[in-house]
Amino acid sequence: VNLLRRLGPALLPPVLAVVVALVISSAVMAALGVNPFDVFAVMLDFGDTPAQQTTAMVVIVNRAIPLFLAGLAVAVAFRMGLFNIGVEGQYRLATIVAAGVGAAVALPGPLHILLIVIVAVVVAALWAGIVAVLKVTRGVSEVISSIMLNFIALGIASFLLTGPLRGSPEGASIISTREIPESGQMPGINALFDVLGLANPPRQLYGFLVVAIVVGIAIAVLLNRTRFGFDLKASGMSPSAASASGVNARAMVIKTMLLSGAVAGLIGLPDLLGNTHSYTTDFTAGLGFLGIAVALLGRNRPLGIAFAALLFGFLDRSLVPLQIQDYPSSVVTIVQGTIVLAVVVANEIARRVARRSAERGTAAPVGGIVPGDGGTGVGQSVDPEEPNPPAGTGVGVSRTAGAGQTDTDGRGGRA
Amino acid sequence: MSSAVQAPGTRPSRGPITDLLTGGGRSRRLLWLLLGGLVIFSAVRVISGEEALTSSSTMSAALLLAVPIGLAALGGLFSERAGVVNIGLDGMMILGTWGAGFAGYQWGWGAAIIGGVLFGALGGLLHALATVTFGVDHVVSGVAINILAMGAARFLSELFYTDNEAGGGVTQSPPVSSDPPSFSLPVLSSGPDLLGDLERQGWFLISDLAGILRGLTSGVAVVTIVAVLLIPASYLLLWRTAFGLRLRSCGENPAAADSLGVPVLRMKYIAVIISGALSGLGGVFLVFIAGIYRENQTNGRGFIGLAALIFGNWRPGGLAAGAGLFGFADALQLRSRTAVVALLLLVAVLLAAVAFWQGLRRKALQAVLAAAVAGAALVGFLTIDELPPGIVSFTPHLTTLLVLSLASQRLRMPKADGLVYRRGEH
Repeated sequence: VNLLRRLGPALLPPVLAVVVALVISSAVMAALGVNPFDVFAVMLDFGDTPAQQTTAMVVIVNRAIPLFLAGLAVAVAFRMGLFNIGVEGQYRLATIVAAGVGAAVALPGPLHILLIVIVAVVVAALWAGIVAVLKVTRGVSEVISSIMLNFIALGIASFLLTGPLRGSPEGASIISTREIPESGQMPGINALFDVLGLANPPRQLYGFLVVAIVVGIAIAVLLNRTRFGFDLKASGMSPSAASASGVNARAMVIKTMLLSGAVAGLIGLPDLLGNTHSYTTDFTAGLGFLGIAVALLGRNRPLGIAFAALLFGFLDRSLVPLQIQDYPSSVVTIVQGTIVLAVVVANEIARRVARRSAERGTAAPVGGIVPGDGGTGVGQSVDPEEPNPPAGTGVGVSRTAGAGQTDTDGRGGRA
Repeated sequence: MSSAVQAPGTRPSRGPITDLLTGGGRSRRLLWLLLGGLVIFSAVRVISGEEALTSSSTMSAALLLAVPIGLAALGGLFSERAGVVNIGLDGMMILGTWGAGFAGYQWGWGAAIIGGVLFGALGGLLHALATVTFGVDHVVSGVAINILAMGAARFLSELFYTDNEAGGGVTQSPPVSSDPPSFSLPVLSSGPDLLGDLERQGWFLISDLAGILRGLTSGVAVVTIVAVLLIPASYLLLWRTAFGLRLRSCGENPAAADSLGVPVLRMKYIAVIISGALSGLGGVFLVFIAGIYRENQTNGRGFIGLAALIFGNWRPGGLAAGAGLFGFADALQLRSRTAVVALLLLVAVLLAAVAFWQGLRRKALQAVLAAAVAGAALVGFLTIDELPPGIVSFTPHLTTLLVLSLASQRLRMPKADGLVYRRGEH
């Protein structure tokens, strides 16, 4: 019961938001003459045979892996109040360079994969680093610069693809880089299904799943159990309080963006290493923007992001079946968009309710707060060991003192 | 900084470029800067032989492309002056393009304008609802609106255009059924076409000026002129009326405004809805350019508009200058890939001036950096003949980034911009 009481407040807003979003998007669909229940039925229909069902699951998980990494990349920056909207450009550029390098060298298996991963991580981190450097040295808003760098990255990627890294013959309808040799391809982990006693589907489950889980755990530990993570969250909640306690704000911006970019570099790799083995004109796009949605939905915590990624993966899986059955497949995007809006509104409402009940001094469980959570935080210290991320904006800093941009609940640990 | 501007005889661009960028300069200084810019442009044009740099066709394309960016920036101005950060400009613009396409193919260009404005305003209303009523973080809401707008436009297109006998499909509408009227300035740009004659002479400075003027006066749509006039109109509305003062007070100090009886929340709603309507109108102009709604037509122009707003220091004149610059960069990359190379020479000259100026101020690091980049740009100009399409496509975005990184330190945003305001919490 205690666990439920603790988790309830954290779970309630997202669940509520998903329900509200489903209702709203159903209403939109109904208003435009599409039967929402038929659409949902298609979404939930995984097929009849066990193999079909596990295939559907593999499709969902395979889609969720890059979404999870994208959400993680966004969330790392979010935690410190930075909006890394440039994830899209970071991973596209990183993936094409990694694909080019991977195709150009021949190394023994694991080393080859490692090289590709490192190249992708370094390229994306450097690209994100430009944003950070512009912010700390020239005061350019990271939102604008990362959006502009998105366009530049996509332009460079298309130049690389049609120019130096082109591997497909002239006149081919889909331009691609040269294929990465066998040693640089990551095998699937379908053995998992045999172990679990499920039907082994024809489609390969990406081996990158393991990497994603490891990265997720590493980020969780880094954010919640280390000095760096503490500084990062403190800077996000109250820059003035953080700098007063000796955190170098500029260095934190650069480190955080480098970390965020490094994670972003991994986004394209599940598909690259596990499926396409080359970067093509129709390589998975838009993951960076979906990552923002996933991060918001998952409330910037690795576990939440994992669930959010699975939800989005589930929604995306239904794209093809919807198209086959002649429904407008963009309802998926509508549902995703409304979920995001609903979840940020729900978070905000939950946070306000929590604050109000905290002000009244009654830590009502319905209010969505952990007992002892002072919304207005009179001298409440931020404790990195606390499993529930610290509430309150630090030491007696009022809600708005953090200059608004630091004030979303989207990243904070409250409510 | 005043020391660098005193002598009017010196080349004005050597003075603080940031003055122009912050929009705070006096009109004479501005005139000098414009003239200096023209001289540099003509010189670059003559040296590189790229007629496209100042040709009338480039200029009229620049005007066409600058208008949507300027309108988006103007939308941002209303919203941010009232204290609501609007990252969702691009989404509202997308809604505007869809609305314009939908109304335009059925009832012509007049309806297209109304449709686009209405759809944009709808996006603005959503943003206002999320940020003002529910107190959601402004950037988060804006990002969500961008995602939502893309999905909504796709969804509506699938619904209305797939089996439409008028044409269109999943990603585009049927063509707009009529074009907005356009006109050319008599004698100068049409008929005898005196400016056209001058432009064809290829004279230093004079032909460039003629080309620019002709580009801005021949074959201009009436609605474009109205759109350009919206900028001074917004200035008058925001800085010369009681309504404007109240609106701006919500962006500077909402608590104080509230205590003086300004209906802060209502003002914010009005501002954000106007913001959406203006960005939607920007979308309408994109539809007019193509004569059709296409998916991804905005191509991030809402974001460029936002950058123009920041570049223009949250002021109408500045944002117009920013929009003009980005429109020009966009037009140039569409018109001529070789002309973009000539821009490198321009960058080299400007950065050399920056390096010189920083050197005077004894900032060795900045001076060396600027000089190094200037040198690289010069080498690029001398060695590259034509840039590949992938690289050229992001000219406006790179320009934005360069300009912002050179300019953005002296900018001052509205004081309460981005803060969630709720009564009684201050």
